[in-house]
Amino acid sequence: MDETTNYRAQSVRIFLALMVLTAVTVAVSYVNLGALNLPVALLIACTKAGLVLVYFMHLKGNLRLLWIVAGSGFLFLAILITLTLSDYFTRQAVG
Amino acid sequence: MSEIGEHHGALAHHFEDLEQQRQSADLGMWIFLATEIMFFGALFAAYAVCRWMNPAGFSTGTSLLDVPLGTVNTAVLIGSSLTMVWAVQAGHRGDSRSIIRNLVGTLLLGSVFLVIKALEYSHKFHDGLVPGSLFTYGGEQAAGVEMFLCFYFVMTGLHALHMVIGFGLLVWLILLARRGRFTKEYSNPVEGVGLYWHFVDIVWIFLFPMLYLLEH
Repeated sequence: MDETTNYRAQSVRIFLALMVLTAVTVAVSYVNLGALNLPVALLIACTKAGLVLVYFMHLKGNLRLLWIVAGSGFLFLAILITLTLSDYFTRQAVG
Repeated sequence: MSEIGEHHGALAHHFEDLEQQRQSADLGMWIFLATEIMFFGALFAAYAVCRWMNPAGFSTGTSLLDVPLGTVNTAVLIGSSLTMVWAVQAGHRGDSRSIIRNLVGTLLLGSVFLVIKALEYSHKFHDGLVPGSLFTYGGEQAAGVEMFLCFYFVMTGLHALHMVIGFGLLVWLILLARRGRFTKEYSNPVEGVGLYWHFVDIVWIFLFPMLYLLEH
């Protein structure tokens, strides 16, 4: 029973953290940070996603293998986005 | 190998024990989710490229979305993830009644999300903010706005489709739980669907700031 209460308390804490971060990202979006608009929005979204992955999807304390599989998904996503954008960002230089 | 494992009805013959069976189910689900990351990832990459080529149009498009409704939906979806976590925990305890209660909660919150989404879509149709022949937006950035709305409908539509599939899975789990199929030793399907549901939540966690908030 004690363990159940602990799990419950932890999941509620993560839920509250996600709600606070949602409020922060909405509030910050009304402030124009110029070039920082995108990085700040992405940083908050990644933090939220990280909380969900580690606690709700219990990567924490789970098999190394699952970390590798989950990580490989994000690694290939990073490659996809980096290579695509590095192409588009450097196109004018050629013409 | 545990005693329970050897004699448990839920143990498929090709697994050594229940623990191995559970780990295999988890691994399979994660591999599927890795492919889902790429599936949505390609759309995010395309969105990044088009937004970079069309900053003003996309920024104008973003300002046409309803931030309060999007925020409420984000909160509702995170809430549904919380009830999903509780359902998975109830599964580990073998508490069928609690599994059902929390899955129904997840189903209800998911429905609220889709109802709000449908409301947003109908507003867009009403305002002529739908790409194609229904598009009547006459502002300066019309071309960029139309492209932005293409991404909006495809990405949120695909996300909503995932939720509808999730509903089917939740109903299936509720039926299994009612038949008393889940025990302390075996609740793998609840865990697998839980992973799927949280993944769909993560997709929204990125969609929300990218579509509703960025430079609005």
